[in-house]
Amino acid sequence: MNITVCVKRVPDTEARIRISSGGADIERDGVKYVLSPYDEFAVEAALQLVEGAGGGQAAAGPAPLAGGAGTAAGDGRVTLVSFGPEATKESLRAGLALGAHRAVLLRGEPGMDGWATARVLASELEGGDADLVLFGIKAVDDDQQQVGPMVAELLGRPCATSVAAIDVDGGVATCRRAVEGGQEVVELDLPAVVTVTKGRYEPRYASLRGIMMAKRKPLVEKEAPAVEAGLVVERLDLPPARPEGRIVGEGAEAVPELVRLLREEAKVL
Amino acid sequence: MADVLAVAEVTDGALKSVSREVVSAARGIADVLGCAVEAAVCAGSEEVGGVAEGLAALAAQGADRVAGIEAAGWEPGRVDVSAAALAGHIRGRGHAVVVFAATGPGRDLAPRVAAKLGRPLLTDVTGVEVDGGEIVATRPVFAGKALARVRVKGTPALLSIRPNVFAVEDSPREVVSDVVSADAAERPDGYRVRGFEASEGAALDVSEAEIVVSGGRGMQDPSNWHVLADLRDALGETAALGASRAVVDAGWRPHAEQVGQTGKTVTPKLYFAMAISGAIQHLAGMRTSGVIVAVNRDADAPIFGVADYGIVGDVFQVAPRLAEAIRELRGD
Ligand SMILES: Cc1cc2nc3c(=O)[nH]c(=O)nc-3n(C[C@H](O)[C@H](O)[C@H](O)COP(=O)(O)OP(=O)(O)OC[C@H]3O[C@@H](n4cnc5c(N)ncnc54)[C@H](O)[C@@H]3O)c2cc1C
Ligand SMILES: Nc1ncnc2c1ncn2[C@@H]1O[C@H](COP(=O)(O)O)[C@@H](O)[C@H]1O
Repeated sequence: MNITVCVKRVPDTEARIRISSGGADIERDGVKYVLSPYDEFAVEAALQLVEGAGGGQAAAGPAPLAGGAGTAAGDGRVTLVSFGPEATKESLRAGLALGAHRAVLLRGEPGMDGWATARVLASELEGGDADLVLFGIKAVDDDQQQVGPMVAELLGRPCATSVAAIDVDGGVATCRRAVEGGQEVVELDLPAVVTVTKGRYEPRYASLRGIMMAKRKPLVEKEAPAVEAGLVVERLDLPPARPEGRIVGEGAEAVPELVRLLREEAKVL
Repeated sequence: MADVLAVAEVTDGALKSVSREVVSAARGIADVLGCAVEAAVCAGSEEVGGVAEGLAALAAQGADRVAGIEAAGWEPGRVDVSAAALAGHIRGRGHAVVVFAATGPGRDLAPRVAAKLGRPLLTDVTGVEVDGGEIVATRPVFAGKALARVRVKGTPALLSIRPNVFAVEDSPREVVSDVVSADAAERPDGYRVRGFEASEGAALDVSEAEIVVSGGRGMQDPSNWHVLADLRDALGETAALGASRAVVDAGWRPHAEQVGQTGKTVTPKLYFAMAISGAIQHLAGMRTSGVIVAVNRDADAPIFGVADYGIVGDVFQVAPRLAEAIRELRGD
């Protein structure tokens, strides 16, 4: 089984966000970048599925596949695809160190318009041999939660979103979706597209051997095709500061005063 | 002038309250554009008549026309069928603007419709205006650490609004109720809904609740959660439980309840942070709440930096008292 995972490089969740002098972007200097956390779940899901299908080493729990990657004997392959600037190569190498077999960088600057991003990614995925294309449910920068299902439409493949666990058996992927009030079970005929949320998959750490091996794995770089964006960011602002709060008091004695304030001042009770 | 379409949501035959917010937002846009509002939802042949009748209630928020869109092959959960039918409907009627709710189902549906129409989509919008005939919307980015003002080029403009942000406004009118059928053939095959497993006590999703009671690691043990569940019960049916990632990772609570950068973003009218320290990733998910109350025994906990009201103290003493006081206030 071959799986492609689309991954995005985003500012670290701890990063302090400052607005650039132009006013329509953030200050990029000094910001630490990471793979978007949900994309890490998607990568882990892909590695486990391919390991389980005999793509690499036996699916021995969290044992890193990295060592076995080179011995994959053409049985199954995890490919990472990212649309981003040159520096995204670092994040792709990190993904290769976890056990992915090859990576493709589509060099360019993704913006807010997920439809534009979807078309760039689909241009690479079209005609590919992936049985499954995985996405994170959302990239934690623009937080649009849309690129996965948009790519699925472009490829004409069935798509399940917000999936916590995937099981593949005989050309069918059974997906457990985390939805309002519970879990919905959806079956997709392969080839298919899935967006992954937190659930079964606990991202692994790279082993030293994995990191060494990653240097020799193929990382293909191409120029991303030009697509026109239909969303124009006119301005970024920092959110308005919350008005100074107050400590009502200490311990249970403060409860009556808190309730009075919530009722009379804040008018929410 | 082409209409503004408000995509409503119905569960188990009942109109979801977020639909009124969607119609109010659509009404605001339509008033500037000088056009009508249509509210619509997809359903199967059996239920579509009843659904269309139920939608008529949206006339109170300013729907001029409501439509049950009959889609062959529809059944609960068939987002692929809904998306194809809705895209066909929008193409046919040539709406200028389409407003979705940024709920779980709305986030699943909207991008598929957008892609079928070959149009961009603005998700999770918290403010919208019309400028020079174009939609300009505000939405949080970088997990709420910045707000982007974004212009949508071309039509139709597609957006989804964050629940609990847009006020439900009364703007009653005469409504025309209709059933229309749409062609839902234009979709990939191979999507089957096999079942649904309800998780206990999670009737109301945390991202749609008006009041959220969240617990953190300071709750010490999952068996202590009855303290927070009791507070939620005292607050009534519009309240839901939330959690920090620390307790979700520990397996004490399901991920569906996690609030924060890698959980849900919530904007309730009232948020209780109970024994939660207030890490930046947690704040990312709840700092746009209306009123924030924090209870923490550490007076220096960062959560007090965003809380409107704080009590420094032991959650196990404060929470039960709070539940009791709220019950007294409500007279039950
Ligand atoms: C990539 C990434 C993504 C993340 N995403 C999220 C996310 O989505 N959501 C999220 O919440 N976190 C997220 N985190 C984790 C975050 O950094 C914090 O670790 C987490 O929020 C801490 O949870 P907590 O406040 O429950 O626990 P702690 O930080 O341990 O705080 C417990 C608090 O309880 C108080 N306390 C203890 N006992 C009592 C008592 N008896 N009475 C009153 N108070 C008491 C303590 O004073 C303390 O302030 C993320 C982290 C990373 C790296
Ligand atoms: N520039 C990109 N390159 C590769 N994958 C991306 C890119 N942007 C988004 N994605 C994928 O789409 C998912 C959803 O992103 P979004 O719709 O922007 O929230 C992400 O978790 C990634 O899997």
